[in-house]
Amino acid sequence: MVGLGKYAATVLGAYAVTILLLAVLVIATLRRGRVMRERLEAQERRMARHG
Amino acid sequence: MSIWEYANPKKFMETSSWALPWVTGLAVVTLLTGLVWGFFFTPDDYRQGSTVKIIYIHVPAAMMAINCWAMMLVTSLIWLVRRHHVSVLAAKAAAPVGMTMTLIALFTGAIWGQPMWGTWWAWDPRLTSFLILFLFYLGYLALWEAVDDPDSAADLTSVLCLVGSVFALLSRYAVLFWNQGLHQGASLSLDSKEHVSDVFAYPLWTSMAGFVLLFLTLVLLRTRTEIRARRLRALEARERMA
Repeated sequence: MVGLGKYAATVLGAYAVTILLLAVLVIATLRRGRVMRERLEAQERRMARHG
Repeated sequence: MSIWEYANPKKFMETSSWALPWVTGLAVVTLLTGLVWGFFFTPDDYRQGSTVKIIYIHVPAAMMAINCWAMMLVTSLIWLVRRHHVSVLAAKAAAPVGMTMTLIALFTGAIWGQPMWGTWWAWDPRLTSFLILFLFYLGYLALWEAVDDPDSAADLTSVLCLVGSVFALLSRYAVLFWNQGLHQGASLSLDSKEHVSDVFAYPLWTSMAGFVLLFLTLVLLRTRTEIRARRLRALEARERMA
């Protein structure tokens, strides 16, 4: 483990906040993408069935 | 071949589908390389100690916070002038990414500032203009949600984007306009008298490239989602009218 000395909490805190925010962004992006793709496919199937 | 071909949603979906795996892979490799290099394999700074390692996230995030708004400005202008839907949907898709980058820059700056400046926050020109930029991102997204008609929302958010560009520019150049702030000048400069040591600069450049690629990946993914959402709305409207 890299030695961070007396600023360990500061540095790790900054990286933790960054990873958390990026993780939320990536997960939200993927989740909304999946939901929208499934809804669109369902709508296209329904409209194809009903002409 | 003209760049305006990509304003066609079908063409954009085809091209982005082909490009996404490559851009995503490159983003993961570049970002991990930059961050691991910076965190584990660089020395402490003689004055800042190990807090210098925060530079590898703070500087790229701040850069992308401003550049994202610049990208939104260009795509909003394209919408206002040429009325290409993909263009304004790309701006809408980029806003949450830019807002997150602004938040990261604000948080990591505050965390670094506490031990180095002795305060979490100061009403310094750059910090303040970044806070205002964050509020503009919030306002931009709120405006998209507040207006029902998509084209009206696109018009209004595009105008808001033009106004907010003043603060995006200010965020970038505030340290040059005013000297009384706490925030230091540019970390990377082509000016030979003022630049960080190569031992910090190389991993920082790598991390910045990683953030650019991450931004590109997320904006491509989110733009594809916005295009699908628009098509879904159109199909639902057609079904209601049938």
